[in-house]
Amino acid sequence: MADAESALAEHFEELPQQRDAAKLGMWTFIATEVLFFGDLFMGYIVNRLAYPQAFALASHHTVVLFGTINTAILLTSGLTMALSIHAARADNLKLSGRFVLLTIALGLAFLAVKGLEYHEDFHEHLWPGSHFRPDLPAQAQIFWFLYWVMTGVHSVHVIAGVLVLCIIAWMIARGRFSAEYHTPLEMTGLYWAFVDVIWIYLYPLLYLINRYAAS
Amino acid sequence: MKTLGRLEPTPELFSLPELKNYLTESHTLSSWLLTTDHKRIGLLFLFSIGVFFTIAACAAAAMRMELVTPPGDLVTSETYNKLFTMHGVLMVWFFLIPSIPSVLGNFVIPMMLGARDLAFPKLNLLSWYLFNIGGLLALYSIIFGGADTGWTFYEPYSSTFSNTHVVTMIAGVFIAGFSSILTGLNFVVTTHKLRAPGLTWFRLPLFIWSLYATSVIMLLATPVLAMTLTLVGVERLWGVGIFDPKLGGDPVLFQHLFWFYSHPAVYIMILPGMGVVSEVITCFARKQIFGYHFVAYASMAIAIIGFLVWGHHMFTSSQSIYAGFVFSLMSYFVAVPSAIKVFNWTMTLHRGSISFETPMLYALGFIGLFTIGGLTGLFLAALGLDVHLQDTYFVVAHFHYIMVGGMVTGFMAGLHYWWPKISGRLYPERMGQLAALVMFIGFNLTFFPQYILGYLGMPRRYHAYPPEFQLYNVMSSAGASILGVAYLLPVIYLIWSLKHGRKAPPNPWHATGLEWQTNSPPIKSNFEATPVVTGPPYQYPTEEEREMVHG
Repeated sequence: MADAESALAEHFEELPQQRDAAKLGMWTFIATEVLFFGDLFMGYIVNRLAYPQAFALASHHTVVLFGTINTAILLTSGLTMALSIHAARADNLKLSGRFVLLTIALGLAFLAVKGLEYHEDFHEHLWPGSHFRPDLPAQAQIFWFLYWVMTGVHSVHVIAGVLVLCIIAWMIARGRFSAEYHTPLEMTGLYWAFVDVIWIYLYPLLYLINRYAAS
Repeated sequence: MKTLGRLEPTPELFSLPELKNYLTESHTLSSWLLTTDHKRIGLLFLFSIGVFFTIAACAAAAMRMELVTPPGDLVTSETYNKLFTMHGVLMVWFFLIPSIPSVLGNFVIPMMLGARDLAFPKLNLLSWYLFNIGGLLALYSIIFGGADTGWTFYEPYSSTFSNTHVVTMIAGVFIAGFSSILTGLNFVVTTHKLRAPGLTWFRLPLFIWSLYATSVIMLLATPVLAMTLTLVGVERLWGVGIFDPKLGGDPVLFQHLFWFYSHPAVYIMILPGMGVVSEVITCFARKQIFGYHFVAYASMAIAIIGFLVWGHHMFTSSQSIYAGFVFSLMSYFVAVPSAIKVFNWTMTLHRGSISFETPMLYALGFIGLFTIGGLTGLFLAALGLDVHLQDTYFVVAHFHYIMVGGMVTGFMAGLHYWWPKISGRLYPERMGQLAALVMFIGFNLTFFPQYILGYLGMPRRYHAYPPEFQLYNVMSSAGASILGVAYLLPVIYLIWSLKHGRKAPPNPWHATGLEWQTNSPPIKSNFEATPVVTGPPYQYPTEEEREMVHG
């Protein structure tokens, strides 16, 4: 059984204070991350307004099936993550651990699908540069550049999340957490929700908008 | 129970010599390199930024030597480009931004809050390592040929045309940015969650307010810089991107994103100095700050409005003229909270019982130099006038008045003010006062002529100039050599004082503030027992009380 006392760092007075600090820290970090992605969203908006037709044509070539599957996978992983925290609060650490493992599996599934999609994109000559598809307008490269950077940076965040979740799973297995103390699990859940939300914006921007408008 | 008033001798203070402090706690190298003590990390930062400052100052010295004579006879124009890039990058990201926050903030914030450490001590240590990794990458870039883009990395030059080590330089700045984010995160959470009992928001010292505002900027602006520089790096390495017009991109978009960070970053480089000045002025005028709430809110206002003025760097780009109007107006607005601070410091001095110890001399210098720098900023915020002054030495003089005259002076004020707390020793007061005066003279001689040069039309970033500009350039270079001496002096006597300085009592300035209620140097956990705060800050004796004492 986890000992809540041992989790308290020496510079905190009590556990709730430490938990509040961690929570505020994670929210602050997420605010930073929003601005980090915000830069790319701004680049997307500016170029989309500048070259609406090229962006519409370029977006036809994203593989909407893969994107949709991945959306389903990631949203489901958000559910399993939340259920894991729920289970921990109810002091059912065993169940909590299982949900974490499920979340890890879904995260890996997302990355696998993304890998397949990248493979196909690459073969379709959608990597900007000299080998870019000649049938698309030049500005379509900007769309595809943003596609690779935005999904790439997002995937890096998924990988980071999966790695952290592995540590969390290990901590649960070692009996570090209890109903009173499972702050790292909760913080990882917050982070995972953020990764989810970013994808919820990326999916329509890259796969859906204008897809059927001009052809 | 401890209160904020003057320190009462308590039994534990008499047993002071036997107590282990944070410096004598342990002596191994790993106890320093793996420390999570905010005080030791502050000193680690002091060491690192000292190294970077010295290197960047050497670059400045080389430039000033070149500019003594009109023709470019000392270095080639390529070398000169690399020199000012090196000077700018190192000074901005590896000295000014971490200077007060990471050194003095790290050291005193937890003590001012009555806390034992920052909220996330390990992240704090990570911040130092990231900072050094970033710095080493920048140094690598400099040693193996340097970059010649200027600290602004303007597109498309930085991605397509420059044949220098831009990518490693960018990578260095990128990594140092995360150090800055972690520091900001730590300060925000610590201020929210680790305040001592009774220490409400409006009992916080103004230094905390200013660093809180600074941290907000660090957190919200730095990630934008990180991503923008990443895009520049990608564009440079793989020839794909969104900034180079050849690729269909927009270089002005780069300028927008860059200045969205870099203008707020200017406030990262001045707000902490303002915080130090608020502490020092009240202490050496022995008066409560005039208009506490205004000074506190002004810090937040500067942070918020500071996010809305970036376009004033781009009046001569293809930015819409209507956007220019708005950015110009917002830039005037940001002058309001800055002026409030200056007025309030001046009012604090009014009828104060002022003494001129070294920190006070620096703080007074700050007020004067910051005011000149701020007022000339209004020239540059004016749409029409800026077209004439853009990219001239007027701009160089303006931001050096803010960053060197303001921030470096503020840093020196703070370093001297808290030196007894940091080292447990008193620095030699006369030497300190002398250095402060020399610095003030040297600074003005260096940078005031640059206003005139800029007004006369001398552009920045050139290593040669027409002969009629020589007089002002010689004055500036002469001033720079005086400034060099003024920086060297404190290095010498502060290090000397570590061994030979008189032992410092817990509160040598009879200042208020929780950091003065613990030993000098403090024990590892700062306080024997968590202090309790019962009143507002700066409870210096009122005028009537002083008159009663002095008759």
